[in-house]
Amino acid sequence: MRAVIAEDSVLLRVGLVKVLEAVGYEVVAAVGDAEELLAAVEEHRPGVVVADVRMPPGFSDEGVKAAMVIRRQWPEVAVLLLSQYVEERYAADLLATNTSGVGYLLKQRVANVDDFVDALQRVADGGTALDPEVVAQLLVRRHRDPLEKLTPRERDVLALMAEGRSNAAIAASLVVSDSAVAKHINSIFTKLDLPPADDSHRRVMAVLRFLEVG
Amino acid sequence: MPSTTLRRALVRSLRRPPWSAEAWRDTRFIAAGIPMAVPVWLAVTESKLLIAVLAVVLTCTRPLADAQRGRLRSLYGVDVPPPRPGDSPNRLLGRLRLVLTWRQAAYHLVVGPLLALGAATVVYLWGAALVLSTVFGWSWLLPATTGLREWPVQLGLTAGGVALAVASPWLAGLAAWVEVRAAQLLLGPDRAEQLEQRVEEIAESRAGLVDAVDAERRRIERDLHDGAQQRLTSLAMNLGLARRTFKDVPPEVMQVIVEAHEEAQAAIDELRDLVRGLHPAVLEDRGLDAALSGIAARAPLPVRLDVELSGPIAPTVEAVAYFTVSEALTNVAKHARAKQVDVSVRTTGDRLRLIISDDGVGGADPSRGTGLTGLRKRAASVDGTLSVLSPLGGPTTITVELPCVL
Repeated sequence: MRAVIAEDSVLLRVGLVKVLEAVGYEVVAAVGDAEELLAAVEEHRPGVVVADVRMPPGFSDEGVKAAMVIRRQWPEVAVLLLSQYVEERYAADLLATNTSGVGYLLKQRVANVDDFVDALQRVADGGTALDPEVVAQLLVRRHRDPLEKLTPRERDVLALMAEGRSNAAIAASLVVSDSAVAKHINSIFTKLDLPPADDSHRRVMAVLRFLEVG
Repeated sequence: MPSTTLRRALVRSLRRPPWSAEAWRDTRFIAAGIPMAVPVWLAVTESKLLIAVLAVVLTCTRPLADAQRGRLRSLYGVDVPPPRPGDSPNRLLGRLRLVLTWRQAAYHLVVGPLLALGAATVVYLWGAALVLSTVFGWSWLLPATTGLREWPVQLGLTAGGVALAVASPWLAGLAAWVEVRAAQLLLGPDRAEQLEQRVEEIAESRAGLVDAVDAERRRIERDLHDGAQQRLTSLAMNLGLARRTFKDVPPEVMQVIVEAHEEAQAAIDELRDLVRGLHPAVLEDRGLDAALSGIAARAPLPVRLDVELSGPIAPTVEAVAYFTVSEALTNVAKHARAKQVDVSVRTTGDRLRLIISDDGVGGADPSRGTGLTGLRKRAASVDGTLSVLSPLGGPTTITVELPCVL
């Protein structure tokens, strides 16, 4: 798959190129700011973009803004944002445009290459990848109503769902059976009042509900 | 104390010959005060002028005092700070009521003219000294019948003139000293005002210091963030890549790579915590609200966070609020055995109020617990307050009030 990387720190940019190429991506462009990123996406139409949140010239949220433009103009391009620290509003902004094919990870996660590649793959495949720290932050934000009804276990499951994990991955991480996870998820859907429809769509809706409350 | 000051002044002036620069400076200084007293002298001698002069002096106390201060500064090098301007909505009447005005009026109406009288005397003595000590030089101009042409008389007069010339610098020095003291007492700020000014200066310098420390923390944080942290991440990424790519290396080599990779990741985590302890980047970039939700998420127990901010908050105050919540949550996790913490942060007027309440066992004593003492000191560094309500058996509520702007 073709990938574009946008990261202003040369050291990390080179490293990211190496990692992506090592796992079989074709890095068609590696740029240093948001403007170049948009130009590169326009030109190459990659399958996935990996972008830093803070980039020149403002060093604030250029990456998020660029990601939103990309998601709007080229919805087929998946975007994985990397951030020095967690800011759940970035995640909310990002997911407000489209809930599939987006990811938001702490920058330090790239150090664990396997996890990083795993998350990248999920995003490239049209899934979601939210950093556990983002999810934890979303949980502390004044959740009243629907989320209050969830049991602690269901909240754990929802948190993992929000990170973008599959049922099997959730089961493995919570050390329960797949069917138990499915039961929890069904119960979450019922409590959050999500109509039975396409299952993956409902997963996204549940995650969104999660974000909306914040 | 005044007697030693006086003695020192005497010794100084006795050492001062009449032709020295100091003698002339003293004289020039006191002489410059004479014209200012002339209207009052006129008023005293001419009762018709009394009311008019009184009115002028009373309405012009400030410019007059400023003029006196200017004289002290430019001719004598003594800076008498102006008293603090009183708040007087009704300008003239309000000012008249102020004690400082009366102190100034006393200076302009009584003390100043008396001092000027002394100054005039000193100037007169200087003149007399000059005239008498040079009697040999000019007495031949006088008619021969004058007794002054008798040389014993002339000798006596010369001796008197020299004595006056020696005494005059001394008197001028004394008069100048009295003028300075009087001006400091009556034109300068009184003790309470001095203390008030001092407190203000200290508060200002403390605020400056707190800001400087905060700025320094932020600089270090930025350096670590953009430098060491990126390098470490890059290093860990390379090690992770090596771990993934080199499948056919001897197991002991792989072991070394794995260990190095894990060490590097641990170092990143440690550095991240360290940086957060210095000054979290998110606080600067995204503000207090975002930074607080980060702490709440990392807390080892459930935290309900409610932040409502309106209006600007000084960066230093934001930092204090951030660290207060952070440390309070650490305290709760360590001691309170709580199941749930509620954190409310809101602005009410120009105050920022933090309320951290838990459902733990209570019994927190702010006079003993070092954590709470630290929090109190932090709040106090920006003139904030901290109060703890923690009965045995709980719950505990910590309320911190901080000024929004320093």
